[in-house]
Amino acid sequence: MFSNPDLLHFIFGRLSIDSIPMFHEPIVAVTFAAVVLGGLVVVGALTYFRLWGYLWNEWITSIDHKKIGIMYIILAIVMLLRGFADALMMRAQQAIAFGDVAGYLPPDHYDQIFTAHGVIMIFFVAMPLVTGLMNFVVPLQIGARDVAFPFLNNFSFWMTTCGAVLIMASLFVGEFAKTGWLAYPPLSDIVYSPGVGVDYYIWALQIAGVGTLLSGVNLIVTIVKMRAPGMSMMKMPVFTWTSLCTNILIVAAFPVLTAVLVLLGLDRYADTNFFTNDLGGNAMMYINLIWIWGHPEVYILILPAFGVFSEVVSTFCRKRLFGYSSMVYATVVITILSYIVWLHHFFTMGSGASVNAFFGITTMIISIPTGAKVFNWLFTMYKGRISFDVPMLWTIGFMLTFVIGGMTGVMLAVPPADFVLHNSLFLIAHFHNVIIGGVVFGMFAGIVYWFPKAFGFKLDEFWGKMSFWLWTIGFYFAFMPLYVLGLMGVTRRMSHFDDPSLQIWFVIAAFGAVLIAGGIGSFLMSIVVAVINREKLRDETGDPWGGRTLEWSTSSPPPAYNFAFTPVVHELDAWADMKKRGFVRPTSGFIDIHMPKNTGAGFILAAISLVLGFALVWHIWWLAAVSFIVLVVGAIAHTFNYDRDYHIPADEVVKTEDERTALLAKQQA
Amino acid sequence: MTMANNTASQTETPVFYLKEEHHPETGTMLGFWIYLMSDCLIFAILFATHGVLGRNYAAGPSPADLFDLELVAINTSMLLFSSITYGFAMLQMEKGKIAGTQLWLAITGLFGIAFVGLELYEFHHLWSIGATPMRSGFLSAFYTLVATHGLHVTFGIIWLVTLMVQVSQRGLIPENKRRLMCLSMFWHFLDVVWIGVFSVVYLLGVLG
Amino acid sequence: MSAHSHAHDDHHGDGASHGTFKSYLIGFILSVILTAIPFWLVMDGVLDSKVATALWIMGLGVVQIVVHMIYFLHMNTKSEGGWNMLALIFTIVIVAIAIAGSLWVMYHLNTNMMPQMDHEMIKSFG
Repeated sequence: MFSNPDLLHFIFGRLSIDSIPMFHEPIVAVTFAAVVLGGLVVVGALTYFRLWGYLWNEWITSIDHKKIGIMYIILAIVMLLRGFADALMMRAQQAIAFGDVAGYLPPDHYDQIFTAHGVIMIFFVAMPLVTGLMNFVVPLQIGARDVAFPFLNNFSFWMTTCGAVLIMASLFVGEFAKTGWLAYPPLSDIVYSPGVGVDYYIWALQIAGVGTLLSGVNLIVTIVKMRAPGMSMMKMPVFTWTSLCTNILIVAAFPVLTAVLVLLGLDRYADTNFFTNDLGGNAMMYINLIWIWGHPEVYILILPAFGVFSEVVSTFCRKRLFGYSSMVYATVVITILSYIVWLHHFFTMGSGASVNAFFGITTMIISIPTGAKVFNWLFTMYKGRISFDVPMLWTIGFMLTFVIGGMTGVMLAVPPADFVLHNSLFLIAHFHNVIIGGVVFGMFAGIVYWFPKAFGFKLDEFWGKMSFWLWTIGFYFAFMPLYVLGLMGVTRRMSHFDDPSLQIWFVIAAFGAVLIAGGIGSFLMSIVVAVINREKLRDETGDPWGGRTLEWSTSSPPPAYNFAFTPVVHELDAWADMKKRGFVRPTSGFIDIHMPKNTGAGFILAAISLVLGFALVWHIWWLAAVSFIVLVVGAIAHTFNYDRDYHIPADEVVKTEDERTALLAKQQA
Repeated sequence: MTMANNTASQTETPVFYLKEEHHPETGTMLGFWIYLMSDCLIFAILFATHGVLGRNYAAGPSPADLFDLELVAINTSMLLFSSITYGFAMLQMEKGKIAGTQLWLAITGLFGIAFVGLELYEFHHLWSIGATPMRSGFLSAFYTLVATHGLHVTFGIIWLVTLMVQVSQRGLIPENKRRLMCLSMFWHFLDVVWIGVFSVVYLLGVLG
Repeated sequence: MSAHSHAHDDHHGDGASHGTFKSYLIGFILSVILTAIPFWLVMDGVLDSKVATALWIMGLGVVQIVVHMIYFLHMNTKSEGGWNMLALIFTIVIVAIAIAGSLWVMYHLNTNMMPQMDHEMIKSFG
């Protein structure tokens, strides 16, 4: 039976022993061994400490936005390690591969690495970081108990995770796409990429995309509908405003990605002619559509970072944020303008002078509101009492670094200049400049800032500062040479060069990458050391930084219900207002609190989607059909569950609040 | 609650929390509407693709060669009838009448099935004469746009049947009414998209 | 069994409206007319000018969409505190940008980059 090829093909699709690269690629084999080892350690520890039940009940099935937010960030950090490993490999290859030296990565392999690097960093590091932070913070900032659709929130997280799992699976089973992170056809079409790589790409992004889209709807409704009484739109914290705009961008951009990937998928699976070279296809349409998504996407990444910086600057300068209204308007203007700049990603494709001129001008205009924000942050700092805690360091690093990146962006916005610089290392330097200097620095600032709220103790300061300095100095060493190389005409995505005079720049860049690796290591150390020293770093007041917004009025960590009594808001910077006007925390009169129930449905449905995605990648049609049917039936079955909530009894609330009362009293003593 | 202005009575601290349980308004309808807007965007991209590729016949059949406008007119009326019958179902729901609601829902479902059936018939016919989605960019765009709409209708029918079961089990409780209102938005929205489809794809296509 | 329950989130305090028999009927009749006319124009070749016919089709289509929005979807500026209308307007803007932008961009790309374009394509973008 096992030698019957038709039967084997039916059961396994195009999956076979040859699909397992570790049997012939040493790097992959070693990675696999490491992953298995690490996995066994984790599984072993969970079993030894009998934590499976805890994990399932408290985390996997949790619909608590705080836990979901934390899980997103954990996912992002894990994927950061993978994405950065790809970066180190690329830097190493490019530092040595000149002339006769071929380097250690054949082009075939190199192409998968830069593709995976981009896909992972954007979709599975930056997006989860941003989503996780927004999930954790926004309900607390607006005085709500949770998001509008807690079950959907859990489901969204697991869909994102399953997308990540599918990408990770491609390393050990099959191959990944070799097309770059946006998979342009015709290269990504079935003729030129007949393998499973692009299919992994498509299904991972579609699965994760569902999660992201639902998350977008969720947070918009949360912000619109669940703000505490008295919190009008113009009294919302800036981070909540940027979250609202970010989620509007998500809802208005991700459907485009979904549609485009469906079309690419149809070309690959059903032999249609959307982006083919013949029979009426038009590959340029893919590039047009994917960037209609792609440009708003980068604003989805940066706006929350801007929100973080606004909160951090006002907290650590002990001053109300300068120009709140203009910050809000700038954010809204950026949101709208982000839809009319997309062509700047393909000035060179040939749309001509009139089109290029229009988009060049809009691109330059969009830098203006961001500039306004930078001035507002600087004016907030002016005459403030600045304390250089780690979040503030990240913020200052951002202001210098992001502005440089923004300026090179304006250079690229000039179409004639872009004709020289497009797809050169100058472009690579520019977008890493803004993504690292903006998004990554912002996320680190946010994580350090809100960590004590989430876990009850601060992160280790020494290792935090170490991380900041290594990242910042490392960034400049890693990417400034790339600006130089780009101006000299070096193209992106090359695994080998003929001109040895370029090598020095690549070596400097590799050195920078090593420093950044140190920065990542330091960040991890700051967590480990903090856990070990958590009693010394404990935050017992709930307000370790002297914050201005409502989340700092809760304990650290907050109870499951966030607020025993829904807050009433009178002014902007509600918590600062409460502190100023002699707010006294209520210690009695607690009532039952209505809360949503945990559920395993999200995890299960996402897991089935993962199976479906894998089956589609490998053309295991029977499995795809079965898992699709199970998915639909499962989703329908879930809707028959009307028993979605419960009440936390008043005495439990009393007990939790009394514990906090005692803790706070200890502070006074 | 006290609206605090700068001159307010600063001798007393304002109220900073609610003592009673706070029920935020349900966000289900707004959330579903926003989801529908995102769905609208998916269709927009498919329309854009049809706009760009819609004349790429690749020396194959064009709309004038293929489309049976009478069939399309019948289909359109099926969908339009289903919209008004769903409206009648909602009127019954507002009056709290389960039997009436179920009746009109069932009729809506039947019109929906007729619509999908006719569409499948059309596709089958086109396929059999060689006008497959693989034939040209135009046909790829045509099938994808129209079939995506048809799949949405199919999904709507499945949802409708599910809701009929749930209403028969639990009656017109608030949760079921919310769901029926969401399906209402979905159903009418599909009719709106269809206006775009028959206008742009079929009528403008045949016009040439 | 289905008493008109007064759960506080059941009543449309925020303006979410529902129709009446009359309003559904008006919407239906208008839709029938607005559908019949374009089909008639094309099937019977009533107008000489294809451009004029196309404009009628598009115009009446837009009107019918508005009819559906008002009579079937009960769109108004009050429901959900105006957020429904805002979301709709925003979506319309994005849809318009995506479609018009794509057509504009692709027309230019095709003209510049695909010299063997057939006559039908050139004609369509006039």
